[in-house]
Amino acid sequence: MEFPRDLKYTKEHEWVREEDDNTVVVGITDYAQDSLGDVVYVELPQEGGTVTKNEPFGVVESVKAVSDLYSPVTGTVVEVNDAIIDSPEVINEDPYGDAWMIKVELSNPEELGDLLTAEEYQNYIEEEK
Amino acid sequence: MQVKPTHRTTPLFGIHKALGARIIEFAGWQMPVEYEGIIKECLAVRSACGIFDVSHMGELMVRGSKALEFLQWITTNDASRLKDGACQYTLICNDHGGIMDDVILYRLKEEEFLLCVNAVNRDKLLGWLEEKAPSTLTVEDKSDDYALIALQGPRSMDVLGQVSSVEPADIKRFHFSCGRVAGKDALISRTGYTGEDGFELYLSPQDAEAVWSALMEEGRRYDIKPCGLGARDVLRIEVGYPLYGKELTEEISPVEAALMRFVHMEKDFIGREAIERRLRCGTQKVLAGFEVEGKLIPRTGYTLKKDGSTVGRVTSGTWSPVLERAIGMGYIERGLATPDTPIEVEARGRLHRAMVKKLPFYRPSEKTT
Repeated sequence: MEFPRDLKYTKEHEWVREEDDNTVVVGITDYAQDSLGDVVYVELPQEGGTVTKNEPFGVVESVKAVSDLYSPVTGTVVEVNDAIIDSPEVINEDPYGDAWMIKVELSNPEELGDLLTAEEYQNYIEEEK
Repeated sequence: MQVKPTHRTTPLFGIHKALGARIIEFAGWQMPVEYEGIIKECLAVRSACGIFDVSHMGELMVRGSKALEFLQWITTNDASRLKDGACQYTLICNDHGGIMDDVILYRLKEEEFLLCVNAVNRDKLLGWLEEKAPSTLTVEDKSDDYALIALQGPRSMDVLGQVSSVEPADIKRFHFSCGRVAGKDALISRTGYTGEDGFELYLSPQDAEAVWSALMEEGRRYDIKPCGLGARDVLRIEVGYPLYGKELTEEISPVEAALMRFVHMEKDFIGREAIERRLRCGTQKVLAGFEVEGKLIPRTGYTLKKDGSTVGRVTSGTWSPVLERAIGMGYIERGLATPDTPIEVEARGRLHRAMVKKLPFYRPSEKTT
């Protein structure tokens, strides 16, 4: 299982990649996709909508389970990866790459300080097992 | 040995762990829900074969004089049609015609029958049968004496034939034969819960690992896959089979569940009067299948709607890997249960277009390989 060092993580199993224009890209972790099993359905917010830290912004469903997606940050959705709505299996295949979910313009950049490093996240899921 | 009821494991538990299965609790059992992934497992069963541990199922033995008369009274299907070596799908109803369980009834001998029952209903049915049985009969819970392996899919016969003392082709559908598999005694039943050709092997628990391993070995050339309860659930929905606790409960009669072809109204049995009444008066709702237009998975409990009003509720739903569509079953107002009637499924406050479909969604024979 992979946990890229350049990403930040949440206890809800989302990852965050900081871009240099006050935006972040959000997706779900390798651990999350593995726990879910075959992903077959995704619901994402509309472009221009807002998301709030720790609040649901979408839904991901595997054959067996329904799971809310929790936003790691507060801000405005500036881009949505519509491709994964048609091909949700990409979430299993490439969780940190092609299966990015939304790009958010940050309202409170200081929220990034609350996110976990790769090492902290890895320790957290070890404890959770 | 004292076993915590919520942590029962089957004799194949060690194999599941070694295969890296994801384990869930089901009806008090620790069962594999998936190994490699539900979609791959389902497709293996549809195209070649899959192997399932279903040892959690219960087995109740009814023995003694007038066993047939008793079972005619307890079950809804016509048990008198069974010859030695045959079995049938049948229901057990309460006095109100509500379904207590759906079971397979095996006629072992003239005065010896085996009921394969749902794990969740095992204790309830044992009590029910003991209460109703005349003193000439014994009812025994034999569940701990049996492990149960299901081999399902078009290649099942080829795989089983390599390790079976009995020619599998000689066993007709809904029949069984006692023989040896991988050198171990087995009751080999040509039945299953996937709609595919296949076999269910009743084994002594200590033989389960050896038989599982032999079948896996022989199945390798067909790319056999171990399949969990996740795939089992998807496969049964695709062929429109009900599941106890979802489509079937004690509040549902065979009339609503569309199972009257397994009810023999020309005999007397527990629940008959109530069922007759429901047939006469008609029931408001009936079980129907539907397909969702997009990819939304209809989940248990979601509301079915038509023109803004609630017309039913989803009992089971899934993504179908073989059809590549989202499908579901549920109880819906009888007038809307006609194929190609447009309806809607409500999920998280949003409506998704769906269409009532004739069950089964998928017929295995349609597939050309």
